[in-house]
Amino acid sequence: MSDLKELFREKAELVAAKVTDIKSMDEAFAYAAKYVAEKNPCELLIPSSPDAPQPEFLEEKIMAAPELSDDQYAALAKECEAKGVKLIKSGMRDLMAGIDAGFTICDAGFVETGSIVQQSNGEELRLATMVSEAHIAVLPVSKIFEDSIAAEKLLLELMSGVAYTAVITGPSRTADIERTLAIGAHGPLELHILLLED
Amino acid sequence: MHNAENLKEYREDMQEALDNEFLRKSMDAFAVGYRENRAKAFADINETELIKKIADCKDYAVKNNAALLQQFTEEAEKRGVKVHLAKDAEEANALIAKIAKDNDVKKIIKSKSMTSEETLLNHYLEDEKFNVIETDLGEWIIQMRHEGPSHMVMPAIHLSRYQVQDLFSERVGEKLDSDPVKLTKVARRELRRDFADADMGISGANFCVAENGHIGIATNEGNARLTTTAPRVHVAIAGIDKLVPKLTDALTALKALPRNATGQALTSYVTWIGGANECAIGEDNKKEMHIIFLDNGRSKIAEDEMFSQIFRCVRCGACANVCPVYRLVGGHQMGHIYIGAIGLILTYFYHGEEKAKNLVHNCINCGACKSICAGGIDLPGLIKELRARLNEDNGMPMETNLLGKVLKNRKLFHSLLRFGKWAQTPVKKGPYLRHLPLMFMKDQGFRSFPSIADKPFRDRFKEIKPMVHNPSHRVALFSGCVQDFVYPEQMEAAVKVMARHNVAIDFPMDQSCCGLPVQMMGEKQATIDVAKQNVDAFEGTNCDYIVTLCASCASHLKEAYAELLEGDRKYKEKVKRFSAKIIDFSSYAHDVLGVSTEDFNKSSEKVAYHASCHLCRELKVVDQPRNLIDMAGEYAPSAEEDVCCGFGGTFTVKFPELSSTLLDKKLTNIEATGAKRLVADCPGCLLHLRGGSNVRENGMKVTHIAELLAENLK
Ligand code: SF4
Ligand code: SF4
Repeated sequence: MSDLKELFREKAELVAAKVTDIKSMDEAFAYAAKYVAEKNPCELLIPSSPDAPQPEFLEEKIMAAPELSDDQYAALAKECEAKGVKLIKSGMRDLMAGIDAGFTICDAGFVETGSIVQQSNGEELRLATMVSEAHIAVLPVSKIFEDSIAAEKLLLELMSGVAYTAVITGPSRTADIERTLAIGAHGPLELHILLLED
Repeated sequence: MHNAENLKEYREDMQEALDNEFLRKSMDAFAVGYRENRAKAFADINETELIKKIADCKDYAVKNNAALLQQFTEEAEKRGVKVHLAKDAEEANALIAKIAKDNDVKKIIKSKSMTSEETLLNHYLEDEKFNVIETDLGEWIIQMRHEGPSHMVMPAIHLSRYQVQDLFSERVGEKLDSDPVKLTKVARRELRRDFADADMGISGANFCVAENGHIGIATNEGNARLTTTAPRVHVAIAGIDKLVPKLTDALTALKALPRNATGQALTSYVTWIGGANECAIGEDNKKEMHIIFLDNGRSKIAEDEMFSQIFRCVRCGACANVCPVYRLVGGHQMGHIYIGAIGLILTYFYHGEEKAKNLVHNCINCGACKSICAGGIDLPGLIKELRARLNEDNGMPMETNLLGKVLKNRKLFHSLLRFGKWAQTPVKKGPYLRHLPLMFMKDQGFRSFPSIADKPFRDRFKEIKPMVHNPSHRVALFSGCVQDFVYPEQMEAAVKVMARHNVAIDFPMDQSCCGLPVQMMGEKQATIDVAKQNVDAFEGTNCDYIVTLCASCASHLKEAYAELLEGDRKYKEKVKRFSAKIIDFSSYAHDVLGVSTEDFNKSSEKVAYHASCHLCRELKVVDQPRNLIDMAGEYAPSAEEDVCCGFGGTFTVKFPELSSTLLDKKLTNIEATGAKRLVADCPGCLLHLRGGSNVRENGMKVTHIAELLAENLK
């Protein structure tokens, strides 16, 4: 198992994900709150008014964690409060201009490509992982698979009804101008994967 | 977007591309860089096995398309999706416009979809007064420039950062930095509002999975995710060829798609959408979702035994990435909307003969695309077949017709070649012709043409045929026209090498041209006729191997003949026997004769090598010639050894500008090794390389590998 974990780390880092080991969810919450508190302010991608000077930044730090259990949400909220970070779980449609981070727990990881799988049926979660500058995702080590084919059964389950399933490999990127790699096209500029030993 | 009316205009357009220095440089860097990245990406993967799996799955999907469509529709409808089938582009566009109207849509955002490019959807919607915005960075750039894509994966690859800088500066009304990373941020900022307030999102789909009614979309930027999430209406458009039976089929294809496209193990996002998902601004908190399946001639092609393989295409764009012609002229000249090798073919089917008739000639038949295609499609084979079909439909151009007729009659053909010897006397100068008569005159000065030999190999053979009593095995030689009539000394050298190994050698006199040149011109009947002649010519010979010194002949005789004659009951078995015996000279000398360093006085001469397309890719002979060179001399490796020299038979006559540019590149790389000797396994390449060296006066001795061996025999 730890072999898979190390291989996963290697592959995920190759695609510019930041991978960190954690021992508990509490550690994940602390990591996320601290990271957001210390990060540069989020740039607003939609002007707040037609003649607002550009660039414009979000005045407070905002993290969205739409699908945590109540206990988890409360624990994260406590960490955030201590650091002066505003935690939300809904209202993403009003924040399309951008927020600092989206916090999620993912459903699987693939060693082959260093990818995470995020079931995103809920719209709040989907938007939180799209318009945030950093996506912070907890990946339980027990959910690391060799590759997508090895996880086929799980994937089919995730897709059993009306579903929106995202396989995410590193931050958003493009090379459309002179084939020069640019990180952060329309999605997050950073992907943090917190490997939870479970 | 290729719009030239005729070959002349097309050549002018291409000259313009050739003169575009930025394009030249950036395409060169791309071609070299891509090859390395791709190799790295496939390092841990059994490529052949993977490609075979994809091909098998797609072939199955084509055969069962109707059933898959039905299954998909049921699954998707269960999930609240409305599924439509459009018979052509017009119908698809109209359907989408109607959905937009019914939903009171004003602003539409799009993520990248080649299928919507195929139907020219943007034009249609704009004419209907919708505000349509492409959100993929490359697509957005070309949309603002009113251009078509120049690559299927990187649509703006033809543009420099400075062109993008100007475009974006104009848009935002201030002078911006030219740094691509900063320019990307501009797009991120400029487009976010459009994501936020668009009413409808249009996406493509890389896969449509029948078993669970899901579509899969692979992107790097994350724009497809926003396109399919933010607006209240989502319309996906996909060719019916995107249907696959199971999720695992799509997952398998996804192992090859990004690796082949950009050398990435996987794109940043693969998004699987199954049904009308939650949407806060939709009716009942649900998205309005439609999937438009486009036929546009696909179901008809699916019934075509030969061309149905085009549906194995996963649109990775790699057949452009490795194509030497694409590298020279870029996507706007190497396709209409679809680009690269597959683009030439799809243009014919989706955008008509008119658009395709010039394009289909712009393939040099080097096989580079075929060797990396994620679906294992025989792209050059299909392009040749298209030429034949175009000829059938439009009548044969005169010179093609004439050559076809002449070739059918071997004696006539050979006496014309002999006659050529006399006809050329006034213009002959040394071993090179200063000018060639008639149609060969124009724009051919970059390379001198050889003259016809005084005595063809067929007339010399009797004198040099070795006498052997107890031969270890028997060989029959196939010379091909060039070595028979232009370079008989290459054949003689081969005989000299073989003679020392106790081999019985024969040369069947009824053999003729292998037929590849007429096939390249699209003359199908003549191709078949000469194939039969040659099979018959060797049928009576008692031999274990048929050895040829021409890589192009070898690959044509070995691979194409069986296909050409497969339908002919009389020849079916004969051709199998024939093809099984065909072997190229290097493989024969190395693997069968087993020549070794013992046979040679290894000289200290530095020898460069050109790996002929048909040898290294079609026949996959890679090590043997290099080992042989090192036995007789000092092998001097050169850059891009296996990139085409630009000959391509009729290609060099049709597109002299491209042919000479490729030749220049090739010779520059060879000269850089410092070698003054160059060998290859194909008389066509040799003719080209020797003629080019002559014009460049680089002092290069250009010979067949057999001549190098013969010279240095102990
Ligand atoms: S065979 Fe060569 S020239 Fe022709 S399309 Fe393929 S790569 Fe291009
Ligand atoms: S034809 Fe083959 S190489 Fe070309 S885009 Fe399609 S799958 Fe890729």
